[in-house]
Formats: sequence, structure tokens, C-alpha cells
Amino acid sequence: MAEIVLDGVTKVFGDGFEAVKEMDLDIGDGEFMILVGPSGCGKSTALRMIAGLEDISSGELKIGGEVVNERAPKDRDIAMVFQNYALYPHMTVRENMGFALKLAGVDKAEIDKKVEDAAATLDLTQHLDRRPANLSGGQRQRVAMGRAIVRDPKAFLMDEPLSNLDAKLRVQMRTEVARLQSRLGTTTVYVTHDQTEAMTLGDRVAVMRAGVLQQVGTPAELYETPRNLFVAGFIGSPAMNFMPAEIASGRLVLPIGEVEAGDGASGRGDGKVIAGLRPENFEDASIVGDDLKGERGLVFEAEVDLVESLGSDLFAYFHIESEGVESDQLADLAEDRIGETGAANLREGEEQVVARLDPTSKVKRGGRTELWADTSKLHLFDPESGERL
Amino acid sequence: MQRGSREYALWSIGILLVLAFALVPVLWLISVSLKPPEAVTDGRFIPSEVSLDNYKSLFEGGIDDSPFIKPLINSIGIALITTVIAITLAAFTAYAIARLEFPGKRVILAGALAIAMFPPISTVGPLFDMWRALGLYDTWLGLIIPYLTFSLPLAIYVLVAFFREIPWELEQAAQVDGATPFQAFTKVIVPLAAPGVFTAAILVFIFAWNDFLFAISLTSSDASRTVPAALAFFTGESSFTQPTGSIAAAAVVVTVPIIVFVLFFQRRIVAGLTSGAVKG
Repeated sequence: MAEIVLDGVTKVFGDGFEAVKEMDLDIGDGEFMILVGPSGCGKSTALRMIAGLEDISSGELKIGGEVVNERAPKDRDIAMVFQNYALYPHMTVRENMGFALKLAGVDKAEIDKKVEDAAATLDLTQHLDRRPANLSGGQRQRVAMGRAIVRDPKAFLMDEPLSNLDAKLRVQMRTEVARLQSRLGTTTVYVTHDQTEAMTLGDRVAVMRAGVLQQVGTPAELYETPRNLFVAGFIGSPAMNFMPAEIASGRLVLPIGEVEAGDGASGRGDGKVIAGLRPENFEDASIVGDDLKGERGLVFEAEVDLVESLGSDLFAYFHIESEGVESDQLADLAEDRIGETGAANLREGEEQVVARLDPTSKVKRGGRTELWADTSKLHLFDPESGERL
Repeated sequence: MQRGSREYALWSIGILLVLAFALVPVLWLISVSLKPPEAVTDGRFIPSEVSLDNYKSLFEGGIDDSPFIKPLINSIGIALITTVIAITLAAFTAYAIARLEFPGKRVILAGALAIAMFPPISTVGPLFDMWRALGLYDTWLGLIIPYLTFSLPLAIYVLVAFFREIPWELEQAAQVDGATPFQAFTKVIVPLAAPGVFTAAILVFIFAWNDFLFAISLTSSDASRTVPAALAFFTGESSFTQPTGSIAAAAVVVTVPIIVFVLFFQRRIVAGLTSGAVKG
């Protein structure tokens, strides 16, 4: 067990591509740290540098207080779970799990004991003498985890370990991973592109974009106070809605109406900003009590394009008249967002907004409905830098 | 159903034709080897009288007087040593080529290909002079060196193809598990590349075993003459009889190790050995 400290760690590949830029990250002893970001953001490269599978171009990496930049993977005492499991196909499950211990010269009786303990934990006991080829995807995944835990290493490194499982199994394994980590209390660095995994698993989450660490914090911190547009758009599903807004003499002008500018905006002079509001901060105006409507928020009318009812929630897609928001940070997310929200074909000058309403709401597709937006939950961002105001 | 059985019949006939085409010469050889000397030229496929005299004559007189035993030992020794050295060198080379970026990689591959294309006959003359000057003429080493030259490129090509198929993650997993690069190579990569290693080994062994050109040119005595060359020096019982029967018997005998070798290794050339390593 140990803490992992990255101090200005940078990776430049041979072709000059800078995959990770000046990354500073303190991962505490026993902490479950998630590295999350869209593909190509450098999260896997960062993990591979911690593992020793990639050289560190500059900066310093410490595991358990010792600088390990120049150490080979085998001398770092870390275990890694690969995305595609990388099980040794010519070895049985037992041999796969005991391979590291065998290399370390542990005596056979002890290897057997440790492997059997780990197998019992992971429900693999009856598969110990089978080969990986004869196992199901979920079983292979567990063998890969087992190979890591038998060693009792200083840290676990996991590179998208669940991404090859089908959706149902993934949710099941996700809770299993969380339980395992909290029981073993081993420092864990977990890479994923799935923000749901990040939010549910991590003690803390580090969001990366284009090789740069954007924000590190607990899932709640990231959700409630995203530091910039990218984090705001990446964390949360469905994603946060963004709309252009303007501050004019102490008031915030939104496409859906006008409110008193809050603390964030008051220090700032007049000018354009980007406003963000999460889907759950909207509600069907007919459901919201009058006192709440009177106290804060904004009631507006919109035409509902699509309604998705999940039973527990109801998602209403509507559009607002707006030029849309432009930002490099959001452009990086654009593909994911379209995939998630199933953006309808919008006409020029219209922007889609998703609202998560109470399931008892009676909104209908194609009808004009009064909606209420809780503007006290607005996030305001600088349109140039994308930073939170 | 009818069409199916007709197709089946046509296929069977086709396969039988190919089998006959391939096997009749071999069977004829066996038939000749079993005939007594006076019946060799009778033209009958099934010998009217079976005798093992031809085989006996091969091994008659023990190791010193038999025209066959020493060449057989030479053949086995030279082919095995060539195979072991070629596979070891080729495995290391192929691994480096498959995994590393280093200057001159293309040159090595192109050079290997060029050597494989090079006509062996054009090296025989120079080698003959060089080996005599260096004292390698008529020694095992004198044959092993040219065999290595021509079999290494082949072995390297086969092994590079196999190593490239092995997911890199497996090696990285081994490294994280605490293996040195050499341990990762011997304990993970080589066992997984086993089908490739055995394929290459068979090819190299057969090449060295069958070679006649170098064997006849670079040897002069039983000290290093291999079976294919030795067959050319077989004599009949008198200077007027052809040694056809004993040549046939010798040819049958030298075929046996090849068949054993291939059957032994064929069991290990199982496709899909790497399945289950990684998903997707």
C-alpha cells in the first residue's frame, strides 16, 4: 500500500505528440482514483507511465515515497488489469493467477493458498483448472482481477477493465470492483471513458482532456461545481444543457427568460457568458408548488419535441431559440453528446435542451408546455476561456 | 440430398486421384526396396517375392564397413544441430523485428529475403575454396554453416509472422507481474509462438536433411557425408549390377525420420492456441 504522486509528469511521443502535459496528481494511500476523459485524452498513457510501460518524458513519479521514474515495471510492485485482460492462454486459471508469485519465488504451498483465497473471493474456485479460452467474458475479467489481487501489491492499475463486458455484466462487476477495493484498501488508479463508472466508483475523479488534467475532486464536487465547460459537459448523464446568456446591468438574460444575476456573475461587468443547467433542474411547471415558483426560478413555455419515459424518470426534449454556444471544450464532447441525447434534427438557430421531469408529469410530444427552471442551480462560464465564473 | 451425395462422390474421386498421384512413386520405391536384386527390373508393382536383403545390406558390417550408418549419423547430427541453432537465432531475431523499432530493421528483412532468393549453386565454388583454406572442408561445421545461411531467412520470416500475432499486452502483463524481459520472452511469448517455432523447425530440418548440393560438394568422406550424398556412392554387389535395390531401401529409411519428425511436431501445431488471451 502506498500513495502515488505525479509531479509535472509529461509524455512526449517520438513523433512529437504530447499525450500528457505537466500532470500533477496526488493519490492518497488506499484511495480509489479514477482517470476519466474521452478517448485520446491521455488517461491510458498516464496509467501506463505509472505502470512503467511508457517512459516518462519529464517530471517525477513517486510510488510509496520513492521516485520510480527509472524503475522497470517489475520493480514497482504494482498490479495491472488490462482492458482486454491479457490472460496467458497457455496457462490454467490457477497458473495465470499464481504467475507473479511464481516469478517472485514464493513457495508452492503459499502460492496455492493465496490463489485459492483469491479464487474464493472472486467465485472462481470451480474454474481454477480451466484455461482462459474456455471461460466466459465475465469469468475472464475476474481472472484478470484475481491475477492482480493475489499479489497484494502497492497499487492496482486498471485500464478500462469493464469496457469489454456487456451492459448488465458491467454494472454487476462495477459493484464487485467497488466492494473489492474497499475491502482490500489498496490504492487503485482506474481509467475509464465512462462517466457513470467514474461517478459511482471513485473516491476522487480526475477529469482529463487533450493531455491536460481539468479537475480533480470527489464525484459530488465535480457534479456540483465543475471548474470549466468541459467538466460540466462531461460529468452527468444526460449531459448538462448549455445556452448563451448575457449579463446586462446586474441581470442575467437567458433564452428562456431573465433573472437576477447570482454571486458568480455579480463581480463581472456586462457581457456574454455561457449558462449551464442540468436536466434535473427543470420541472413541469404544473407540478412545482406556487411558493417555490414564487421564491426562485423561471417559468417559461416550450414546445416538447420528444418524451422518453423510463418509469422512474421522464425526459422531455425541447428546443429554445438560440444561436447555440461555441467552445473548443464543448466541441470535444460533441460526439458523445449527440450519441447520448439523440439530438433531433434541429433547424438553424435552435438548440436542444433536455429536461428530466417528475414521472407524473403530463407533458406530451408536440404540445406546448410550461416548464420551470431552477435558476439557483445555474452554472455560468466564461465564453472565451470556458472557466467557471 | 442427391446433389449432396453426388458432390461427395466427385470429391472422393478427386481426392483418390491426388493421393494416387502422390503416393504411387513412394509405394513403388518401397516395392523396389523389397525385391531381391534380380527382380528389380521385372516391372511388377507387387513384388512376387519379398526380401529384406536390401535393408540388411545397408547395415551390414557395422558402423565401420556399412556404407549407410555413418552417413545416417551425419545426417541426423547435422540436421538437428542446424535446426537448434537456426531456431534459437531466428527466435531472437524475429522477436526483435516484431517488437522493436531499430535502425536497419528493413535492411535486415530485405537482406534475409535476398539471401533466401539467392541461388545456392553460385555459392558452392567459393565455399569449396574457402572451406579448404580454413580447414572446414569435409567437416560437420562446413555443412552446418551454409545450411544456416539458407534456412535462417525462412525461419525468421515464419517466426516474425507468428510473433506479430501475439498481443503485446500479454508481454506487458508479464512485465507488470514481475518478469524480466527475458522471462517474459521465454515463459509467455515462446510457448504461445510454439506452433510457429515448430513450423519453422520442421522447415529447417527438412531443408538440411534433404540437401544434396552442399552435401555432395563440400564433403569427401564418411566423416561428414550425409545420406543424400552417400546414396550417390552406393555400389552394387559387382561392378555390373546396379545398386538400385539398396538405394531404394536407403531412400525409404531416410524418409522415416522426416515422417516421425513431422508427426511428432504436427500435434503441437494447433491453430488457435492464443484464443482466450484477449477479448476481441
